[in-house]
Amino acid sequence: MTMPPDAILSARDLRFDYGNGQGVRGVSFDLWPGDVLGIVGESGSGKTTLLKLLGGLLAPSGGSLSYRDASGELLDLLALPEARRRHLARTELGFVHQNPRDGLRLAVTAGGNVGERLMATGGRHYGRIRQSALDWLTRVEIDGARIDDRPTQFSGGMQQRLQIARNLVSGPRLVLMDEPTGGLDVSVQARLLDLLRSLVADLGLSVVIVTHDLGVARLLADRLMVMQGGRVIEEGLTDQVLDDPREPYTQLLVSSVLAA
Amino acid sequence: MSEDSGYNFAYLDEQTKRMIRRALLKAVAVPGYQVPFASREMPLPYGWGTGGIQVTAAVLGPDDTLKVIDQGADDTTNAVSIRRFFAKTAGVATTTRTEEASVIQTRHRIPETPLSEKQILVYQVPIPEPLRWLEPREAETRALHALGDYGVMQVELYEDIAIHGKIKRAYDYPVEVAGRYLTSPSPIPKFDNPKLSDCPALQLFGAGREKRIYAIPPYTPVRSLDFEDHPFAVDHPGHPCAICGDTESFLDEIVTDDAGGRIFVCSDTDHCRARQEGLAHDDAA
Repeated sequence: MTMPPDAILSARDLRFDYGNGQGVRGVSFDLWPGDVLGIVGESGSGKTTLLKLLGGLLAPSGGSLSYRDASGELLDLLALPEARRRHLARTELGFVHQNPRDGLRLAVTAGGNVGERLMATGGRHYGRIRQSALDWLTRVEIDGARIDDRPTQFSGGMQQRLQIARNLVSGPRLVLMDEPTGGLDVSVQARLLDLLRSLVADLGLSVVIVTHDLGVARLLADRLMVMQGGRVIEEGLTDQVLDDPREPYTQLLVSSVLAA
Repeated sequence: MSEDSGYNFAYLDEQTKRMIRRALLKAVAVPGYQVPFASREMPLPYGWGTGGIQVTAAVLGPDDTLKVIDQGADDTTNAVSIRRFFAKTAGVATTTRTEEASVIQTRHRIPETPLSEKQILVYQVPIPEPLRWLEPREAETRALHALGDYGVMQVELYEDIAIHGKIKRAYDYPVEVAGRYLTSPSPIPKFDNPKLSDCPALQLFGAGREKRIYAIPPYTPVRSLDFEDHPFAVDHPGHPCAICGDTESFLDEIVTDDAGGRIFVCSDTDHCRARQEGLAHDDAA
């Protein structure tokens, strides 16, 4: 398959069928280093399914998916051996689930959650693992004194920030986010968005972010893809898509947002 | 042989023993790997050593001398029953002396007396999967073993240090066998973990209920998991044995009255007896 030489991720005709006509029906796109791609669309349009295909949580029924790793090697993600795929998933990739309980170990302390990737990739020095965990808790604005508390004792917003720290600790290059601000109240959402925006800019991350909230998309995403019925119906720069929508569905989506 | 007892030699039929020996050969060939086997019903309840007793039956020959220990002791119910069982069904010689035994079945201890190349140590294992409490899905634990993906066990140890200040696991302390498989040493105290490594004797592990056999061949390196800055260490209560005065052996705490009285004595009864005889001999001389 053809992949632009400077792209980090390329999807071509990615397909997945749940068996009832729902799913993803042929999605192609390229993602560049430092690029933040937003995927918007109504519930059931295949946004989350697409993200799961990209993250390897679901196996596509067709299409191809290539990734260029830190050393510049081109990898076919769909044909990668399991050991390599797992290693990649905990070093260069991150996946932030909509519900932090899906992405955290609830019986393990905050420090253990953040340190897990380090230990899974061979970290065997307790002091250094703990120091990294402490650094990352501070970066996502969680009080370091709570490093030995379990996520169940955290608020929803803190759990989400903890999940983000747990993903970023390994220095990933590509982070996939599924509605990271879903289920949070607006002031917490605003702070989380602020945090995400500065982290993404500081670390130069490539991000694919799925959201149904156009405000989130406008704040975070450089480019947007609008999905409907498992297909991408419109794509372009975020401002362009939101300010001058072409497709009737996108026009409907944009006009449905309540002005505060 | 014991034709008059009505049982085949060592209770199990020859086909079953052959099946177990095949599993044992595979286990020895892949140190620390859990080999599934068709565990049989045995005339004792699960949890009392059905796995160990099947492995013992499969390796026992007419010329062997059997020793059975339970928590280090030769005189507890479980040890006495299993020893009698094989005396009856196999007619083999039995002993309580570690150095005289060729096959030693054990629960929860490794004898204090160093083992030799001529000996086989058979462990009774309740839960062979060291990742069981961290990952409930059997398919997933197998994948983790296949990929050597053991970070989750390290997270468990991290949690101990974060909450308790040190690794609190005192028994069933996870080990890495021959640099590859994460393995449960069965519920032996971590005090015994160093004896697993480079042991001249063949070590076989049988889990009857979970239907798994695994092995540590002679002279195999076995490493207890730890952190670079929190290295593996054994605990000792700091008392000598109240009977033989040994300061090196693993001790049991025994409550002697209702007023808080307690003594520490050797858990390995054969070791304690040998030391007492040695002391008596020194006194006589």
